[in-house]
Amino acid sequence: MAEFKKANSVGEWFDQRLGVVNFSKVMMSEYWIPKEINFLWAMGMILAVMFKILLISGIFLLMYYKPDVNMAFDSVNYTIMQEVAYGWLFRHVHAVGASVVFLIIYIHMFTGIYYGSYKKGREMIWISGMLLFMLFSAEGFSGYMLPWGQMSYWAAYVITEIFGGIPLIGDELVVWIRGNFYVADATLTRFFMLHVLLIPLAILGAIVFHFYALRFPHVNNESGEFFDYEEEAEKFKAGNKKGSKVIPFWPVFLSKDVFVMGIFLIFFFYLVFFHYGFAMDPINFDKADGLKTPAHIYPEWYFLWSYEVLRGWFFEIAGISGKDLGLMAFGFANAIFLVLPWLDRSPMVKPANQRPYFKYWFWLMIADLMVLTEFGKLPPTGPNAWVGFGASLTFLVLFIALPFITKAEAKKVGGK
Amino acid sequence: MKEFKILAVIVALVGITYYGIEPYAHSVMHPEVAAADFTFKDVKNVDTTLAGNVENGKALVEANCIACHAIEAAGHPAVMPNADAAASYGVVPPDLSSAGRIYDTNYLANFIFDPVTAMHLEHKYTPDSGKQFPMPSYNWMTPQEIMDVVAYLKSVAPKVSEDKEGHKATFEAACGRCHNMKYAGIEATTPTDNLKNYMGATPPDLSQYIKSRGEHYLHSFINDPQVLLHGTSMPRVGLSEKAQEEVIEYMEEVGDSKKAERESLGLYVMGYMVVFALFAYLWKRKIWEEVH
Ligand code: HEC
Ligand code: HEC
Ligand code: HEM
Repeated sequence: MAEFKKANSVGEWFDQRLGVVNFSKVMMSEYWIPKEINFLWAMGMILAVMFKILLISGIFLLMYYKPDVNMAFDSVNYTIMQEVAYGWLFRHVHAVGASVVFLIIYIHMFTGIYYGSYKKGREMIWISGMLLFMLFSAEGFSGYMLPWGQMSYWAAYVITEIFGGIPLIGDELVVWIRGNFYVADATLTRFFMLHVLLIPLAILGAIVFHFYALRFPHVNNESGEFFDYEEEAEKFKAGNKKGSKVIPFWPVFLSKDVFVMGIFLIFFFYLVFFHYGFAMDPINFDKADGLKTPAHIYPEWYFLWSYEVLRGWFFEIAGISGKDLGLMAFGFANAIFLVLPWLDRSPMVKPANQRPYFKYWFWLMIADLMVLTEFGKLPPTGPNAWVGFGASLTFLVLFIALPFITKAEAKKVGGK
Repeated sequence: MKEFKILAVIVALVGITYYGIEPYAHSVMHPEVAAADFTFKDVKNVDTTLAGNVENGKALVEANCIACHAIEAAGHPAVMPNADAAASYGVVPPDLSSAGRIYDTNYLANFIFDPVTAMHLEHKYTPDSGKQFPMPSYNWMTPQEIMDVVAYLKSVAPKVSEDKEGHKATFEAACGRCHNMKYAGIEATTPTDNLKNYMGATPPDLSQYIKSRGEHYLHSFINDPQVLLHGTSMPRVGLSEKAQEEVIEYMEEVGDSKKAERESLGLYVMGYMVVFALFAYLWKRKIWEEVH
């Protein structure tokens, strides 16, 4: 056993045993972040805090929630919302938080795309981020089922039904997922397990992985500049703080994050207390009824764009049914962001607006996603169906064209 | 400044998307409908300017109505238990104690004259449906006599307090023969099986309808269910604007009981966050002064 001498302070006592001094250097005061960043670089920390808020509010809800088709609705809407002291607060925080976290995820993702933070060494950051996106999607979907309202039921019905379109195994797969022929008690209890145990565990792991993936390539910066971190860190440590291109994670980077977070939380709590309808759909305050289909079924807002990619294909083309085409497009849409680092063939790491061709692609993609989101909510009738089809087709074309567009850009800028 | 420009772009994009999927999409899915009419001007068989005679009204009510309806406030208990009444009429005839207070005068007079048209249930009680509304039409009464009945009902109606208790009384008198309100422990006076038979649909438990339908929808729906749910068997109940507001108020008191707590706590929390952001800003400025 190593030789331990008597510690002179509590700090030293811990340092001897856990190496806290070195640890906090590596993790905090000598973890280097570029100085040239704007508030968009605070989104990652906001996400980490949102996850914590969701976890804590979720634990409180878990104390009173009952995962049973006969009790779930009242346990949420009566016990938690009206009986338990501040139960309503935890529910509002949790439901609004689950919705707003996606807004921040999208801002975070599109920031990454805009600044080209997914390539030239940052591929694993991107992949781990997409993994988080998928896990959060699964978490959002499973959580939405738990209050067992009309939208819980019918969104679960429609989304699990999608898997029925997979060739050969589709029908069996749907039954396997639901644990029954229709959405029933078994479906609720298994999604409950996923929502409160398996997916949160996986998310925790994925967050650690995401943070670790940031370590070697380092965070990108506003101009996409590559520089020598060792050298800049030495400058900083030598006291040339103004001349150095880096700042330490603690306290410099975090002081900005905390401020941005403060502003964000004002907005967040405004939504929690005064404007929560977008996250707690009114229809979900009707108890689930498998015999009564609501007039309009739509998923939560953050799934609307991919839902519309699915729905946009409503007629047969070349002998393939609209349903199958939609399913293929849907599969494409959900997988394509994952391989983005390899679709972008241009070596430029620059803000999109400084890239000659990519800038058009970027803003077109944003516009298309907005159109898809909008028409994913509107009833798919008359001209709406055609707009949906056009936007869905545009989505596919955009991503198929990306390698060619960026290749041309690479040629134009000559490998810079 | 650049950061403000970025923020402006994000706010604009998020704002447009929000407008599209919330206010705009809802206006497409739930188009505006005709405004609620609390004068019930479509029914005009009875001249409601006539002044009613309470004494005469009392005699008419005792001769015609209390065979079916209780009027506890005037000392007339129900003639039979609810289960028997439901079995006889399909639905338990409501206690008329507060009828003079909660129903609009024009509606009430015309309802007595001809219940089916006043309730907008002509589509259900067509001549060849073989169905007959359980309460007879009193179209044989003169307008004066009908106004006498109305005057009597108004004279016996007890005043209620302007609070949850009062709102509850209005709710029970107006909706209580059909609807449960589980979260307030209220069960419809008519047993569910009878109701389903009588109405062709089970009236839903209204505990959370303030949330699922919202005040705006209820305001129009209660005034005339046919406008929003064409062909429904729920009758137009003919509440005065004030009574309807009390009913909606009650639905909110039961379905959203923490509203006041939510709104006052909300201000405190937001105030706290503003102070937090302010200090965070000062701290950030102090730290960044060294590096900029
Ligand atoms: C044969 C039994 C019967 C008699 C007699 C009768 N009613 Fe009714 N009345 C009913 C029933 C049943 C209902 C409930 C019908 C429904 O909700 O579908 C009702 C409902 C009402 C309502 C509620 C209307 C609304 O909009 O909700 C009023 C007011 C009323 N009756 C007044 C009277 C008056 C006044 C008389 C005497 C002039 C009378 N009734 C005589 C059976 C009767
Ligand atoms: C005579 C029975 C009866 C009375 C009295 C009655 N209702 Fe209803 N109500 C029904 C029935 C039946 C339905 C179901 C209608 C359907 O599904 O078509 C219904 C449905 C409703 C709905 C749901 C509408 C929707 O959008 O699905 C609301 C809200 C409602 N009633 C409120 C009230 C209120 C408030 C009152 C009292 C002011 C009241 N009802 C009085 C029978 C009644
Ligand atoms: C949902 C949980 C997530 C958490 C907690 C999280 C957290 C973080 C943090 C703290 C950072 C560093 C600071 C910053 O640049 O913002 C970061 C960077 C990054 N994240 Fe995430 N992230 C999440 C999801 C995602 C998703 C869904 C993506 C997209 C696929 C993604 C892609 C990236 C990229 C590309 C970077 C590097 C940014 C740069 O180099 O400038 N992350 N993340």
